[in-house]
Amino acid sequence: MCGIVGLFLKDSALEPQLGELLTAMLITMTDRGPDSAGIAIYGDETPGKMKLTVQSDTPETTFAGLDAALGKAMGTSVVMSVKSTHAVLTIPAGSLAASRAALAEIDPGIRVMSRGETLEIYKEVGLPKDVAARFDIAKMSGTHGIGHTRMATESAVTTMGAHPFNTGDDQCLVHNGSLSNHNSLRRKLRREGIHIETENDTEVGAAYLTWQMENGASLGEALQSSLDDLDGFFTFVVGTKDGFGVVRDPIACKPAVMAETDQYVAFGSEYRALVDLPGIENARVWEPEPATVYFWSHDKAPTSKKAA
Amino acid sequence: MQTIDLTEIGLRETNKTLHAQSADTNQTAWEIVNPRGSHAIACGLDAPIEVTVKGSTGYYCAGMNQQATVNIHGSAGPGTGENIMSGKIVIEGDASQYLGATGHGGLIVVKGNASSRCGISMKGVNIVVQGSVGHMSAFMGQSGNLVVCGDAGDALGDSCYEARFFVRGTVKSLGADCEKKEMRPEHIEILKGLLDEAGIDANPSEFTRYGSARNLYNFDVDNAGAY
Repeated sequence: MCGIVGLFLKDSALEPQLGELLTAMLITMTDRGPDSAGIAIYGDETPGKMKLTVQSDTPETTFAGLDAALGKAMGTSVVMSVKSTHAVLTIPAGSLAASRAALAEIDPGIRVMSRGETLEIYKEVGLPKDVAARFDIAKMSGTHGIGHTRMATESAVTTMGAHPFNTGDDQCLVHNGSLSNHNSLRRKLRREGIHIETENDTEVGAAYLTWQMENGASLGEALQSSLDDLDGFFTFVVGTKDGFGVVRDPIACKPAVMAETDQYVAFGSEYRALVDLPGIENARVWEPEPATVYFWSHDKAPTSKKAA
Repeated sequence: MQTIDLTEIGLRETNKTLHAQSADTNQTAWEIVNPRGSHAIACGLDAPIEVTVKGSTGYYCAGMNQQATVNIHGSAGPGTGENIMSGKIVIEGDASQYLGATGHGGLIVVKGNASSRCGISMKGVNIVVQGSVGHMSAFMGQSGNLVVCGDAGDALGDSCYEARFFVRGTVKSLGADCEKKEMRPEHIEILKGLLDEAGIDANPSEFTRYGSARNLYNFDVDNAGAY
């Protein structure tokens, strides 16, 4: 199974409530998957900086003085904000590779959850309510976000196996389903220089989209080509810095419901996840079509493209 | 009219209350408020009662229904009316995938559209959809009728047996061993009866009938590619 939720705000007045709305949506989906939970939030940005969200199983010791140690290694100042097992490190834009290398040197137990200008990903083993409470997600504001609660099939129940997966700057993806050609595709993408951390099938799906976009595709185009190149079952919800997309495989046996009002576009594995959203009574509610790419952007007009 | 607030008494208590109604109950009209997309609402009913759900429902609403009429004043989730035996289900909005799967009897009416696999493995149920149906509808349909006033998606009636399909609009593609058939007077009669029972105003002569070409009934090595 697995449960997916997503919320893309059109009305900035709702931004302070993003974390709260998304948390409630995800908790409703708990019985679709109790193994691990994660939420990606697109929040504030600082010009000239990027955010690296990292995780440690021993946060008290690992995060003590990590900002100073990383700053020293990089010859710059690093701002750190710790939340339970995660810490958001604000580093100079363009210093991702150097930061990764420095962090591996400082403590090999540090895992990178996400990187980007506005994206932060929080994910752990456990139920959505516990994971959301641990990171105080309900207090977070932002422009859009996606969440996932996992019933594991293709890889171990670990923090690294939890969704959302981030494989490129400000990109993230959640998945309901299972991919069957992920091993061969992972080898191909690694040869192409794409950084893939785990043996999880979904991370390969995310990395595939990253690879497509690095080669000039828009998110909509990358999703379109995923229909040809990914083998298996999938309902994907993806986020980019300014956009939010949905695609289902042609068989479309993994459920999906969407709702749109003047204030937001929302996604849920089931309608139950959407019932408490403001104005849902008058929202346009529909089931996304199989093999059809849906995409919304803060910067561009919305698109919905059917596979030929 | 008896009213049940689902959020107040919960699903089990709601269904227990409805199951307690016998054939001669005088509480024949029920209303369920605050369904909030919950699963398995009004499942397993077996009494001549009418239940109206005021809102959208989740998985398997009115599954295994016998005798009862269940109205859904909203959209219905996956597997609605699964294995219906008799009675009637009326969905005012859209229906999600595998509506009426394996249904043996009774009638399901959808005022909106139905999604993929509508009527999969139908075994006698009648399904009337005012809008369109998705791909793989009536897959392995054995008996009963699927009426589509709009269009049908890919692979309609794949590997079907003796179920009948009436489509007014276009069929994106026919499934293996499903073919277009002649609309004879008896079919017009059947279709007219179904549309009347569903309360849908449509001219039966505008529909095309589809059904099994009966080439896949028995194994034939020349058909190996189609199995």
